[in-house]
Amino acid sequence: MRPALAAPLIAAAGPASGADLAAARTQMALSLGWHIIVACLGVGMPALLLFTEWRGLRRGDDDYLRLARRWAKTVAVLFAVGAVSGTILSFEMGLLWPGLMGAYGQVIGLPFALEGIAFFLEAIFIGIYLYAWDRLSPRAHLLAGVPVMIAGVASAFFVVSANAWMNQPRGFRLEGGRVTDVSPWAAMFNPATPPQTIHMIVAAFMVSGFATASVYAVALLRGRRDRYHRLGFLVPFTLAGALTPVQIVVGDYAARFLADYQPTKLAAMEGLTRTGPNAPLSLGGIFVGDRLRYALEIPSGLSLLVGYSPDTVVQGLDRTPPADRPPVTPVHLCFDVMVGIGVLLLLLSAWLAFSWWRRREIPRSRLFLWPAAASGVLAVVAVEAGWVVTELGRQPWVVYGKLRTADAVNPAPNLWAGLLLLIVVYTVLTVSTVYVLRLMARARPVAAPQEPETP
Amino acid sequence: MEPAQVLLGVMWLGLILYALLGGADFGGGLWDLLAGGSRAGMPQRRLIEHSLGPVWEANHVWLIFVLVMLWTGFPAVFAAVMSTLYIPLTLAAFGIIGRGAAFAFRKSSTELWQQRLFGAAFALSSVLTPFFLGTVAGAVASGRVPPGLARGDLVGAWVNPTSMLGGVLAVAVCAYLAAVYLCDDAVRSRLPGMAEVFRRRALAAAVVTGVVALGGIGVLHADAPRLFTGLTHGALPFVLASAVLGVASIALLWLRRYLLVRGTAALAVTAVLCGWAVAQYPLMLPPAVSYREVAAEPAVITAVLAVTGVGALLVLPSIAWLLAVQHRLPLERGDLG
Repeated sequence: MRPALAAPLIAAAGPASGADLAAARTQMALSLGWHIIVACLGVGMPALLLFTEWRGLRRGDDDYLRLARRWAKTVAVLFAVGAVSGTILSFEMGLLWPGLMGAYGQVIGLPFALEGIAFFLEAIFIGIYLYAWDRLSPRAHLLAGVPVMIAGVASAFFVVSANAWMNQPRGFRLEGGRVTDVSPWAAMFNPATPPQTIHMIVAAFMVSGFATASVYAVALLRGRRDRYHRLGFLVPFTLAGALTPVQIVVGDYAARFLADYQPTKLAAMEGLTRTGPNAPLSLGGIFVGDRLRYALEIPSGLSLLVGYSPDTVVQGLDRTPPADRPPVTPVHLCFDVMVGIGVLLLLLSAWLAFSWWRRREIPRSRLFLWPAAASGVLAVVAVEAGWVVTELGRQPWVVYGKLRTADAVNPAPNLWAGLLLLIVVYTVLTVSTVYVLRLMARARPVAAPQEPETP
Repeated sequence: MEPAQVLLGVMWLGLILYALLGGADFGGGLWDLLAGGSRAGMPQRRLIEHSLGPVWEANHVWLIFVLVMLWTGFPAVFAAVMSTLYIPLTLAAFGIIGRGAAFAFRKSSTELWQQRLFGAAFALSSVLTPFFLGTVAGAVASGRVPPGLARGDLVGAWVNPTSMLGGVLAVAVCAYLAAVYLCDDAVRSRLPGMAEVFRRRALAAAVVTGVVALGGIGVLHADAPRLFTGLTHGALPFVLASAVLGVASIALLWLRRYLLVRGTAALAVTAVLCGWAVAQYPLMLPPAVSYREVAAEPAVITAVLAVTGVGALLVLPSIAWLLAVQHRLPLERGDLG
């Protein structure tokens, strides 16, 4: 029953050129990095939307209901863009990485099948929620939104669990280069799944909250301090702010997980060369030759964080053969950027909490409002930096310890042409998305007719 | 029945649903393109938008479903098809972006020039996407995708008579289905004049599709003899059924029985797709690779089938609700205010 043919079936036609490998990696990074922003909003926005609508209905509060309608229109555009930019990724899994999919598609297929179901429910109920607003009873309408929120979070869980598998590949055996004894559930619930999925889902809610709030922070800066704009700021910022300390704890858990399961990645994140106790925590710097230079070092900081004692031995890059090491400088700096932004967002959240506790109002200081207006962009930058850490930190492997990225790429020539086309398409897509969203932010709250009425 | 066969059937069902639902959405884009000037074509575009708006995203998910089933159940086939046909599939992927994003953008923009620009992008990509997907079908059906990574001819595999036939036929079928559905939608929205417009278009599309399909037999005879033999032997009942249903659909269109045509047209397309499947079975990558040689391990297929079964229990009633809601929506205000 088992195919004797399977090994030659997935053998490559020949090695891809270095330029094509770089093009494929760049293309994947760009399209994933683009999608992740929209995907975060798709996961987090429904919760904000439903909360606001619920409050509005419960209290007959028009300001809440107006906010809900406004956000719903934004979600409609973001969901459409997210649906298509996500589809491209499933194409690219095969177009760019057929070596990965041919060999391991059956191992990581299950979470994607589950994600497909979640996406289905999301698409169906978002259609009902957005289009039947005035056709359903308020209660039925609110209930129609609940599956959108649940499915969004579930999708994030499934997709990130597949990515976690690439870091901690489980649920199969390799026999003479062939995958056997596949256990799809063990693959999905691999050790990296809990830290990565929790970290990402919390991040998605933070991005949604800070991004939405930052729009209204700009309005507050421009002096529009009516209740509608204050609520538009407070509701999402409160959600995101409350999650920020949680995220810092989760992030700490995710980093300590690496110390046990993917020490090379942690070493790259910290630019740590030498294995041993008293490992320092390094801020900034660049990696030249075989060590980190110009960094600000906190003595024994990393040992303390990993094992709560300066005597904790932390594995450095010296235990990994040079050919198996990830590029250190970008991984390290992106990690610092992510953590730095996290701390900044924590301070902002604490400021709002203090001001609310003492005076029941949003801080009027521009020192608060300016960074608050930037918090959406900052949260996005932190997510992107985090993905660079996890993806670049896994290199040169696509499946950690099992399959190298260079062996997974499509051996067809001229992949760079696809990259060029992608850059053009995504530039247009980005400009149009930003343009349409700005248009909607400024527009009067009426639905746009598809074409102007005949006079 | 082996699990792999069941999965093959489920996957094919997904493909049929994608053709019937997602295909019609692409066809809507084609009619949007041909609707005429921005003022004259406005009523048609509004009807098209009304028909697509709430459902296109859900319809689109069937494609993702098929892709995921393919890479999970038959990973080597997925790898071979995607790597050899990366040019048309990349173009189809960009078409998918253009269609979906431009459709949403047009809905959210207010100025005429914006709507024209996004409308053109929406309509154009609605034609290109099914064309490229059709060339991919032609490449696989004519046995031009060998196993292995990018082992086939990167251009010749999809630039050949059968692929061109597949591309043109896909566009024609999408246009035909869309026109048929729009007749019914127009009647439902109490627009009898519009129903007449789309009735004429549906009849024209039916004739074009029929001619392409008939001519296609000759193309396949010359270019894909193996597929031709399959279609004229094992799959002959399906081929005949599709012809009969096609003729019946024309007659029903003539008689303005729009709801019935919806059914017969969909069945005709289903018969074509089933005919292809039967003609090629058990090969997945003709001429040599059978599904048995490339199927994933039974544990994987069972898990995916179980998950799909549970998913269907959630998804199918939800789709029914969505369609019911869509049919009740008035045309005037098809979106949130």
